[in-house]
Amino acid sequence: MGAELRNYQHEQYYFRLRLGFTALVVLSLFALLAFRFYYLQVKQYNHYQTLAENNRISLIPIAPNRGLILDKNGVVLAHNFFVYTLEITPAKIKDLEVTIAEISQFVEISPLDRKRFNKLRQESRNFESVPIRTHLNEVEAAKFAVNHYRFPGVEIKSRLFRHYPLGKLGSHMVGYIGRINDKDLVNLEKSGDLSNYKGSDHVGKSGLEQFYETQLHGTTGFQQVEVDADGHAVRVLSSNAPIPGDNLILSADSKLQEIAETAFGDRRGALVAINPKTGEVLSYVSQPTFDPNLFVGGIDTENWKLLNDSLDKPLINRPLRGIYPPGSTFKPFVALAGLEAGKRTPPFAIHDAGYFSLPNSRHRYRDWKPSGHGIVDMQRAITISCDTFFYGLAMELGIEKLTSFVRHFGFGRKSDFDIKGEIEGLLPTPEWKMRRFKQPWYPGETVIVGIGQGYTLVTPLQLAQATAILANNGVAMKPHLVAQIQNSLTGKRHILPTVVQDTITLNPDNMDIVRRGMVDVTLPGGTAASIGANAGYSIAAKTGTAQVIGIRQNEKYNEHTINERHRDHALFIAFAPAEDPQIALAVIVENGGHGGSAAGPIARKVMDYYLLGKLPIAEAAKIDVKIPINATGNATTPPPVPEEELYD
Amino acid sequence: MISRLFHRFVLHIDAFLMASLLFTLLASLFILYSASGQSVERVYAHGINIAVALSVLWVVANIPPNQLERIALPLYLLGVALLIGVALFGTISHGARRWLNVGIIHIQPSEIMRIALPMMLAWYFSKREGKPKPSHFAFAGLLLAIPVALIMKQPDLGTSLLITASGFFILFLAGLNWKFLLGVATLLASLTPIFWSMLHDYQRRRIEILFDPTQDPLGAGYHTIQAIIAIGSGGSAGKGWLNGTQTQLDFLPERTTDFIFAVFSEEFGFLGNMMLLGLFSLIIIRGLMIASQAQSTFSRLLAGSITLTFFTYAFVNMGMVSGILPVVGVPLPLISYGGTSMVMLCLSFGILMSIHTHKKLVAT
Repeated sequence: MGAELRNYQHEQYYFRLRLGFTALVVLSLFALLAFRFYYLQVKQYNHYQTLAENNRISLIPIAPNRGLILDKNGVVLAHNFFVYTLEITPAKIKDLEVTIAEISQFVEISPLDRKRFNKLRQESRNFESVPIRTHLNEVEAAKFAVNHYRFPGVEIKSRLFRHYPLGKLGSHMVGYIGRINDKDLVNLEKSGDLSNYKGSDHVGKSGLEQFYETQLHGTTGFQQVEVDADGHAVRVLSSNAPIPGDNLILSADSKLQEIAETAFGDRRGALVAINPKTGEVLSYVSQPTFDPNLFVGGIDTENWKLLNDSLDKPLINRPLRGIYPPGSTFKPFVALAGLEAGKRTPPFAIHDAGYFSLPNSRHRYRDWKPSGHGIVDMQRAITISCDTFFYGLAMELGIEKLTSFVRHFGFGRKSDFDIKGEIEGLLPTPEWKMRRFKQPWYPGETVIVGIGQGYTLVTPLQLAQATAILANNGVAMKPHLVAQIQNSLTGKRHILPTVVQDTITLNPDNMDIVRRGMVDVTLPGGTAASIGANAGYSIAAKTGTAQVIGIRQNEKYNEHTINERHRDHALFIAFAPAEDPQIALAVIVENGGHGGSAAGPIARKVMDYYLLGKLPIAEAAKIDVKIPINATGNATTPPPVPEEELYD
Repeated sequence: MISRLFHRFVLHIDAFLMASLLFTLLASLFILYSASGQSVERVYAHGINIAVALSVLWVVANIPPNQLERIALPLYLLGVALLIGVALFGTISHGARRWLNVGIIHIQPSEIMRIALPMMLAWYFSKREGKPKPSHFAFAGLLLAIPVALIMKQPDLGTSLLITASGFFILFLAGLNWKFLLGVATLLASLTPIFWSMLHDYQRRRIEILFDPTQDPLGAGYHTIQAIIAIGSGGSAGKGWLNGTQTQLDFLPERTTDFIFAVFSEEFGFLGNMMLLGLFSLIIIRGLMIASQAQSTFSRLLAGSITLTFFTYAFVNMGMVSGILPVVGVPLPLISYGGTSMVMLCLSFGILMSIHTHKKLVAT
């Protein structure tokens, strides 16, 4: 009994010893916790307080309404409207395929939607939400909303969409907006505008939408909101309203635009009409056009291929980026160069035998009329588009003098237009040729520059601007499409000032000779007599033809036997009324054949509406066919001859 | 008459322990109200759980320890049988097989083991009079290993670790050799690098994230990081009841169960934490006192293990929520929402009270 008792006491002693040890462990571990709490809650309090605030408060950008684009009469060319979109944030989704399959039970998702989604996904970052469907109707939106809880990471958003109500009309002028891509981000960062695009998904990609991006976009507003872990706003703490973008009011008229585009029919080409006194662009046509609405939500691959692979190249902004030899439309400028240089002053005249030859050369630079025009002075040379006359004039002026003079009309340089992407065109000089081909300049090359062939290349905008400068007696007004910028809140309009770019001092007598020569073009006996018929106002014009393929020395060009796409381009420049020009324009019809018959009627329709408010008669087009080719015929100018041939 | 009835009612209740428990449980109702997004239903359900648990506590407190001693072996055997049943026929929920469907009720046999195992081991050592021999410890280790292995297979790492701890406390308090303990500790420490080198890269990465949540802030580490932000931003006095932004704005995960401490900590701050640690300390000190005064080997070992297991739960939970321990699914005792764990906890406190209030009867 005693041993047992001692054993019991002994056991309890050891037990208490061990219990005491555990009590120490318990206390020290609790002390460790207490120290941890002290560290987190007292020492590091500020740090975690900031973290919690950042968690809690989120700055939500509110994208401003983009400004409208209106024509001169207030017709809407671009506006915004709200649409429901169904958007997926890929980073929040485990299996995208499964999710999309499940969503499609509630909202129809076409293969086209899928394709566009995949393309957009590649372009955007993983944590950005990407639309899988746009333009949901009320029923679809409601159906999905009910099942929303099943799809974390998928959301219905109400987005402001850009819409171009006139569709294809004037699309190269208005341009379009598209989703911001990596390249845009870099540009925005460079210009320091990135923070202003926090809430924006779109940016102007082409046309006026791109050039006037700053004015159209507006200023992004911000909302300070308390958010939960999923980023849902719980309540608004403060807000700073966005400032909507400004409206653009154009100098162009959508009715005139429609008349011009309709006049082209299904032919390719470009037209630019300018008010020569102000530089306002009245019409800006690039045919064929495209529907800019396709680009807003991100264009799908099929439509993109269709547009991009088309032989007609509808995406090319022809007035700015299409380059063509000016052909005979170059002659009035060469003529003025000659007159101002003191050459060919009346009563100077030549006898045209149908060709021009350089001294000591057997090579014949042919006139478009093989038999020649007989006695030709400056005014008549313009009217009948006499090639022989201008071959000789160019030769006598020399390439340097010729190009330095016509450069003042805007050839070979950018016009500082309000659409980006303008191409300079080309006014060839010996230095240029040395740089480009490492070859000397040959006299024969000067000869053909006289009739707008050879290396010379112009854009339709340049040609129109040159015509406008000519019409304005040498005063170059900066061409522009936007006439006014309107504050969309106050409605106050800011009229953009007209800018004089350049002034060429011209002898009025010389101008008069050229003008009269050009007016005669549209009178009986001129190369575009039909264009002036029954106009009711005087038209100063010049036809032109630009070769697409070379024709050998002894070959003959036959419009009817040649492949349609190898036919000559038809060119036409004009200003009217000739004595007090209100409108100056340039028209190019690709593979249109003769300038007078293909491009002239388009110009006439535009001028008729602009000057007289006259709508074109549907049958008017048929008149062209009746005109004999001879009457409107133009220079079948020689090909850009290979160098060795020039001296044969 | 009424006072005699009341006296009979509280006869086996330890006033000090009971007061600490009631105070903590009352606080848990308020904490849960905030954590659940002010859900009255949730608080009501929690209140029912507490009522049931306290009834169980009262019943168990009235059972003399020697009767508990008698059911130790059958309860253990039943528990093991049920665990085997789970392994064979259990229902799978959340990727783990933990529940057994017996007729209309679902039971979680691992919860039974939480109390059955320490009872079994305490009973085993009480039958070995005198100084236990190494062979006894070896056999006790086997008794411990069987249920732990079965629970680990479910898989339920948290519970198996805690059951291991509760068994280990019995072995330690029963006099497990210091040298042996040191030896095992050194062996484990030296084996760690070898074990580490045997792991695949992805397994290592998982363990690294377990110890350093900032390595995976949006994945596995998200919970811990948000919890630490909640605790730290609570500051010294807290943001005030119902005013914790981390809590009320859904940043905290599992905030009514495993992470409820972060809710408390955010709203009541360092001061609140100290008070909670104080309350827990009072309960533990009282438990250790009961153990030290207990008169039989069975009751003292059991009381010691129950108390230390309670401490382990509290420490592991607060440690994982505050980021000094890896995240294992362990609720905060007496506070977290959950019926089974509440009932089991109060049951064990009932045993403590039974041990304490029956000892005079044993002595006479």
